[in-house]
Amino acid sequence: MADDVKVKEGIDKGTVAAAKALQSENYSAGFKTDIETEYAPKGLNEDVIAFISDKKGEPQWMLDWRLKAFERWKTMTEPGWAKVQYEKIGYQDLYYYAAPKQGAKYESIDDVPQEILDTYEKLGIPLREAEVLLGVEGASETAAEARGGATSSKVAVDAVFDSVSVATTFRKELEKAGVIFMSISEAIREHPELVKKYLGSVVPQSDNFFATLNSAVFSDGTFVYVPEGVRCPMELSTYFRMNAENTGQFERTLIVADKGSYVSYLEGCTAPMRDENQLHAAVVELVALEDAEIKYSTVQNWWPGDENGKGGIYNFVTKRGDCRGARSKISWTQVETGSAVTWKYPSCILRGDDSSGEFYSIAVTNGRQMADTGTKMIHLGKRTRSRIISKGISAGRSDNTYRGLVSVHKKAEKARNFTQCDSLLIGGDCGAHTVPYVENRRADAQLEHEATTTKLSDDQLFYARQRGLDEEAAVALLVNGFVRDVMQHLPMEFAVEAQKLLEVSLEGSVG
Amino acid sequence: MLKIENLTARIGEGDEAKSIINGLTLEVPAGEVHAVMGPNGAGKSTLAYVLTGRDGYEVDGGSATLSGEDLLNMDPEERAAKGVFLSFQYPVEIPGVPVMTFVRAAMNAQRKARGEEEISAPDFIKKAREVGEKLKIDAEMLKRPVNVGFSGGEKKRLEIFQMMMLEPRFAILDETDSGLDIDALKTVSDGVNALRSPGRGMLVITHYQRLLDHIRPDKVHVFAKGRVVKSGGPELAEQLEREGYDGILGEPV
Repeated sequence: MADDVKVKEGIDKGTVAAAKALQSENYSAGFKTDIETEYAPKGLNEDVIAFISDKKGEPQWMLDWRLKAFERWKTMTEPGWAKVQYEKIGYQDLYYYAAPKQGAKYESIDDVPQEILDTYEKLGIPLREAEVLLGVEGASETAAEARGGATSSKVAVDAVFDSVSVATTFRKELEKAGVIFMSISEAIREHPELVKKYLGSVVPQSDNFFATLNSAVFSDGTFVYVPEGVRCPMELSTYFRMNAENTGQFERTLIVADKGSYVSYLEGCTAPMRDENQLHAAVVELVALEDAEIKYSTVQNWWPGDENGKGGIYNFVTKRGDCRGARSKISWTQVETGSAVTWKYPSCILRGDDSSGEFYSIAVTNGRQMADTGTKMIHLGKRTRSRIISKGISAGRSDNTYRGLVSVHKKAEKARNFTQCDSLLIGGDCGAHTVPYVENRRADAQLEHEATTTKLSDDQLFYARQRGLDEEAAVALLVNGFVRDVMQHLPMEFAVEAQKLLEVSLEGSVG
Repeated sequence: MLKIENLTARIGEGDEAKSIINGLTLEVPAGEVHAVMGPNGAGKSTLAYVLTGRDGYEVDGGSATLSGEDLLNMDPEERAAKGVFLSFQYPVEIPGVPVMTFVRAAMNAQRKARGEEEISAPDFIKKAREVGEKLKIDAEMLKRPVNVGFSGGEKKRLEIFQMMMLEPRFAILDETDSGLDIDALKTVSDGVNALRSPGRGMLVITHYQRLLDHIRPDKVHVFAKGRVVKSGGPELAEQLEREGYDGILGEPV
């Protein structure tokens, strides 16, 4: 036990230092961990897909599923309708599989390579993982103190380091509750019936170019199943890290909440600095059955590129939730501060009667970042409700687009939607765009839309500075005010992290 | 305390530039309250902005010091940390930021700049409650976003609330009386008077005598065309009220 305590102190000191470093550097998450990587050969063909499938010890049906997607993908062309520009991606120049050489799973903290732990330290995220990785009760309290008194509620982490999960904890407690929380590769082996039933049932293989690519080559990801009537005893969390040069990341996440269950899932991302653009094309599928509720929160801080926008991550993600059962509920909350190019629309299919979908979003762009993000609320069932609150913040020479669709189908009697899109401009060289689409087939639908665009005013800045806040603190305060009604939908410990991220993201955006 | 010597300042650059302050000299010793009166366009608010360091107000000559320290080369937040406070004529709305959050952030930023400890949450709340009571500001109002949806009178009371919380060494009150009814004027004045102390100076900018009935100034300065044209005791304000600026200045302004 004495050894454990030592490790704990080391981590805590490191994380406190890392948190401080976060304040002083624009992107302190930009570093690279030196771990030997085992690559699949460069490029994409049937052999590479077979290699991936084989590496993961997948059954034949899974390989067939992948190959079918690949056949389809070869016939598709990359879409170009979003308001983003990026260099053409050479799909044959990417690596589609990279795993830490030591292999798969770590039973205990001692087995996790120090470099991996160091990576977490440097990012300042182990504040939360300390508890998880070390399993020391006191660790979480110290960590909570360090982050300003956030509650030390339990969080289970399935850490995805590059492509393979290296640490999954709290399994036992979750098992007691009957909750399945594991990497998708494991789930394919251990719960094939569940995976077969739900994989691709929300985002079909043929959905779109990037989702189809993901279906063919997905490396790893998370699988969650919450059984009927179970309220998941803790918040589930996965950190995605991209760490091998030139490796596209193709995460696949599948969360199924059975009847009357509840689960809250946190996804947080940071990535090391690099020279070449990195493609990230994840697919997230959520299924909520009768009376079930899924809350999915994301804090995304991937490398946005240098000041000329070179080298950042391309984040082209397909996220969709299916409110399959009556009275089910899916809620997306996202804080997007990173990536060179972000292209994503976490959506809800409101199939069950009286089901509801929510989308709360903060998207920050600075430098030369581009973001085209929003949501789709598809009302199919009766009395379905949806709510969209989007806050876009543009600074530097960036472009920030909200693109949303509210679609009310014929049978969706008395469907209701409320949409609010607010844009905040910092400086005179950035852009904010709002593109709301509405398709309505019902006369009794109630659809509201509000949109505002404001500029961070000199009056506000001077007022705050006259009271003693320096320029950056003043901007941070004003921005936090702007995003407040979205921030409060984030779980407590996440909100603290997100607030810090906002500040870091907007450093140097004024003056 | 505050010493302004031969100050010249303008708004804007190049052809757009407009000279507003023209060779102003003024001194407010510690412990005194001075009133600045004058017609519209005399440069009263410009003086407030020049002293607090607002962008777009350029100093062309002269000096302004607080207890011997040159103010004009400091950033606005440095001046605030040195104890310069401005009660704005038009307080600014800050959506989504509750009053308590804003004032606490300001207070701690100032303390940090001065190398002092941050105020603890319980101490801050206690102090806010006390000050709020004096100004008849209820706790609900302090939870609302800064100035959003506040009436004109509420905004001015909130300015004084901030002043009493921050306890500046030198306060500039820019037309704090405008928008206040008689009762609020009394409440606000009581607050200002409570802050009068031997170590603190104040500059009260106003159009009207009525504020000075409540906040009795040690000296009154009459402004015109960017400089002091006449100084005197409180009776000067009364004379102004009777005779108007034309009467005092001896010419139409």
